[in-house]
Amino acid sequence: MNRNENDGGGAPEDGGRRGDGGVPEHGAGTSAAIEVTGLHKSFGDLEVLKGIDITVRGGEVVCVIGPSGSGKSTLLRCVNLLEEPTSGTVRVAGFEVTDPEVDIDRVRRRIGMVFQAFNLFPHLTTLGNLTLPQRRVLGRGRAEAEEVARGNLRRVGLTDKESSYPAQLSGGQQQRVAIARALSMGPELMLFDEPTSALDPELVGDVLAVMRRLAQEGMTMLVVTHEMSFAREVADRVVFMDAGAIVEEGPPEQVVGEPQQARTRAFLARVLDPAAADVLEQEPG
Amino acid sequence: MRRRNRTRLIRTVQYGVLVAAVLAFALAADWGELRRAFFDLGVARAQFPEVVVTALVNTVVYTMIGFGFGLALGLLLALMRLSRVPPYRWLAVGYIEFFRGIPALLVFIALGFGVPLAFQVSINQYVTVMLALGLVGAAYMAETIRAGIQAVPKGQTEAARSLGMSQSRAMVSIVIPQAFRIVLPPLANELILLTKDSSLVYLLGLSMDQYELTKFGRDALNQHHSLTPILIAGLFYLALTLPLGHLVRRLEARTARAR
Repeated sequence: MNRNENDGGGAPEDGGRRGDGGVPEHGAGTSAAIEVTGLHKSFGDLEVLKGIDITVRGGEVVCVIGPSGSGKSTLLRCVNLLEEPTSGTVRVAGFEVTDPEVDIDRVRRRIGMVFQAFNLFPHLTTLGNLTLPQRRVLGRGRAEAEEVARGNLRRVGLTDKESSYPAQLSGGQQQRVAIARALSMGPELMLFDEPTSALDPELVGDVLAVMRRLAQEGMTMLVVTHEMSFAREVADRVVFMDAGAIVEEGPPEQVVGEPQQARTRAFLARVLDPAAADVLEQEPG
Repeated sequence: MRRRNRTRLIRTVQYGVLVAAVLAFALAADWGELRRAFFDLGVARAQFPEVVVTALVNTVVYTMIGFGFGLALGLLLALMRLSRVPPYRWLAVGYIEFFRGIPALLVFIALGFGVPLAFQVSINQYVTVMLALGLVGAAYMAETIRAGIQAVPKGQTEAARSLGMSQSRAMVSIVIPQAFRIVLPPLANELILLTKDSSLVYLLGLSMDQYELTKFGRDALNQHHSLTPILIAGLFYLALTLPLGHLVRRLEARTARAR
């Protein structure tokens, strides 16, 4: 709240940050973009998160992996308060979002979120999807919002789709529009909730390529994913969750390459073995 | 083989009954009398142009102001019905149950005669019509709109909120526009019902230039002792409601395709 509302926002200059690889300036003061401490979350009698501690530093890419129902998505949704934590504290971009005094709408505009189901607004064109939130939330004028939107459509490689409605786009294109929509708000960090799980296999690559580039540009990212190769290549750190707790975390070559815990090994064996993976696919997300 | 014969026999009997009924009617009916009662060209001609420039126009005007007011009130009631504040929900439910459960005619009598008598005020006729049609229509539209709002996937609100929109901003910019697209067919249906309900205006004391189709037809019936004006009024109602009905079916087909 003591921050200037527009810092970290504004139009992403196309390619401006590409390749500089540095930590973006938004991490000023503290290097932790996300700091989760003692997070518990219950739905009725069901305890989904059983005390989670996790820190994501500015510019870091952290992938959360784990079996269905392990609480990965709930953890992500607690970060921008789409789910209200039962107890524990969540600090994001310098705000304690679990503090009831904090205006959550002001914090959320700094946090980009990408959903498994895309959640594009079907009554708006691609351009409308990108400009309406900027205009209504950030108060930008039409011209500025469209300029920012077009810049971000270029980033995801969809400049030719700005007048298309979501229903006219493939799943992969929809998800890239959703990423561009989140980026248009000038977020300091991005949350990805299984962004490729609803996609046909041949469309996964385009979305992962966009995410890979974002990571290279230095975006802070917390990614829930089943894409082990993405986690291995792009993540600075991989977190393995099971049954509402963090079982193991560390650099990808350790967690994915040489897992220390038996549960991690069992999970990876199932995911990486194609025959077993088919069974896994059929479990509800 | 025997089953096919049986089917054919039953169909022959069905056609036979129909032909017999039509013949009996054609022979028994007094065609001259029927023509004089229903299709008196002289009487028919006498209705024009007033039946169009006054009656049809007024029917449309009454329907539209009633629909407009009802839609606004219906949206408000739908939002109250979904409010997190229980008293708002109770008020909305009470209103909806009340106005869906009483005849529209009673509302017209209450507003047209009851209120002016009880409070010693005179209300503009157009306001009376707007209130009477709107109050009843709102109860039906509220339930339709509520269902539409609830039919918008939860992910839409979540996406809007995660972009920093407030609950009310997400409702206005994201949920309600989609809800209205979903409920367009039932709303057009409600417009058809209101078009017909606008005939209840006939019981208010109206001046000639305020006549709508039903009152106009009733007046002409008294004057000419002919059913022709009633038939003409009916045809003009159909000229309004049939295209609307067609529109509803097209909208429904479009919605079915979009899903």
